[in-house]
Amino acid sequence: MAEDLLSPRLIVVGTSWGGADALAALLGALPPEFPVPMAVVQHRGADSLEGVLVRFLQEHCAVPVREADDKDAIEDGTVYVGPSDYHLLVEKGSFALSVDPPVTLSRPSIDVLFESAADSYGPDLVAVVLTGANRDGTDGARAVKEQGGVVLVQDPGSATRPEMPAAVIHSVEVDEVLPLERLAARIAGMGLEP
Amino acid sequence: MAIRVGPTRHALEDLELRLLLEGIYQHYGYDFREYARASLRRRVWRRLLEEGLETISALQDRLLHDPQCFERLLVDLSVTVTTMFRDPSFYQALREKVVPLLRTYPFVRVWNAGCSTGEETFSLAILLHEEGLGERARIYATDINDVVVRQAKLGTFSLEKMREYTQNYIRSGGKASFSDYYKVYGDKARFDPSLVDNVVFAQHNLVSDSEFNQFHLIVCRNVMIYFDRSLQDKVHDLFHRSLVRFGVLALGHKESLRFTSHTDDYEEVDGREKLWRRIS
Ligand SMILES: C[S@@+](CC[C@H](N)C(=O)[O-])C[C@H]1O[C@@H](n2cnc3c(N)ncnc32)[C@H](O)[C@@H]1O
Repeated sequence: MAEDLLSPRLIVVGTSWGGADALAALLGALPPEFPVPMAVVQHRGADSLEGVLVRFLQEHCAVPVREADDKDAIEDGTVYVGPSDYHLLVEKGSFALSVDPPVTLSRPSIDVLFESAADSYGPDLVAVVLTGANRDGTDGARAVKEQGGVVLVQDPGSATRPEMPAAVIHSVEVDEVLPLERLAARIAGMGLEP
Repeated sequence: MAIRVGPTRHALEDLELRLLLEGIYQHYGYDFREYARASLRRRVWRRLLEEGLETISALQDRLLHDPQCFERLLVDLSVTVTTMFRDPSFYQALREKVVPLLRTYPFVRVWNAGCSTGEETFSLAILLHEEGLGERARIYATDINDVVVRQAKLGTFSLEKMREYTQNYIRSGGKASFSDYYKVYGDKARFDPSLVDNVVFAQHNLVSDSEFNQFHLIVCRNVMIYFDRSLQDKVHDLFHRSLVRFGVLALGHKESLRFTSHTDDYEEVDGREKLWRRIS
């Protein structure tokens, strides 16, 4: 396993169908002092009520969860959720939003998040693909690998919908495929090594 | 010898992109140098691949020698996605909290900056009309892209969208029947031209053009998300100079004044809806 995996500077997470519960499990495993900033994109309707997902995730998570605003600085120890109906992009040290047309039928798009994060964070990035019923995230995961980052994927067999993680595993050489619980434990240990 | 490809390649690409933007600025006069990098880079790459090229430097070569290639990039770079009554709660707040302020003026000037193809402008015009301000309000609708400005004047939108727009209109507190505002021609909905009798459509570049009037309301939504922080700050200077005292500034749902030097010059009218009032 790559050494970088132990202390990435940013973790990006993408999920779709079944994602809210998978995210709750993933974030629920984080210790309160978890230092690595995390950016999460979950597919949902343009009209989904603002703040609902953030509140739901915060109930499960000891680390502060916030919806990302345009140009927000990326701060340690914070989980950022991409707002509905915007793409979430990563610049060096901050976020940017866009209303570009949907990519892979989605806005927010996981590919857009992963590709921009790969560009800005290169080998200091861990990307995580969870349950989902489409192919968003595959191109993004490829970009993460090309820039030297690490890709972790939820075991399709343990996912509510296997299509999205399976598509990534099929076309990208990912680092690890783990059932949700082990994946969560794996991430929870990051950045806390001496 | 081990070369760390990632960061090196990345730094090189960054340099190529900066040179490209500088070249465009010097040669064609369009200034994208302070646009937000991540989405700009995506769109430059899309153009590059479509041209069958491999590096940004190669694209620069072609762009500088072939104006048509530049035209194609310009189209790629301008993101004109827009919706009528996008974020209905925003329009509701405009009606309830801003219209009463506007009523106190004998004549109202509104600047719709970055109006794209006019969906937002027509939404504002309908709102002002329903609030009885149609006759004494003038909207200046501007965009960097003259193609969309010309389209905006027509007020002709895809009929397919009308179901979504009707929903938005109702949720925004619309007072009439939405379909009364347009006539159907084939697959298009053409909005009543009298709605925009008091609208001035014009090309205006927020980056390089200066202020041209004093406004009581400036609406600039989902335009500055494409700018980096320092450019946002400059445009906020422009807006600050262009607003009358107690004039209102309206931004997109995910934008804020937090990173600008004007935080203290405004007070909140509605924090969630990103409505501010200039106080100094
Ligand atoms: C995503 S659209 C937003 C349209 C509308 N305001 C809305 O929220 O639905 C962004 C618009 O900003 C315009 N724009 C980009 N750069 C600009 C500039 N420097 N000056 C003026 N308009 C600009 C684009 O041409 C595009 O029409």
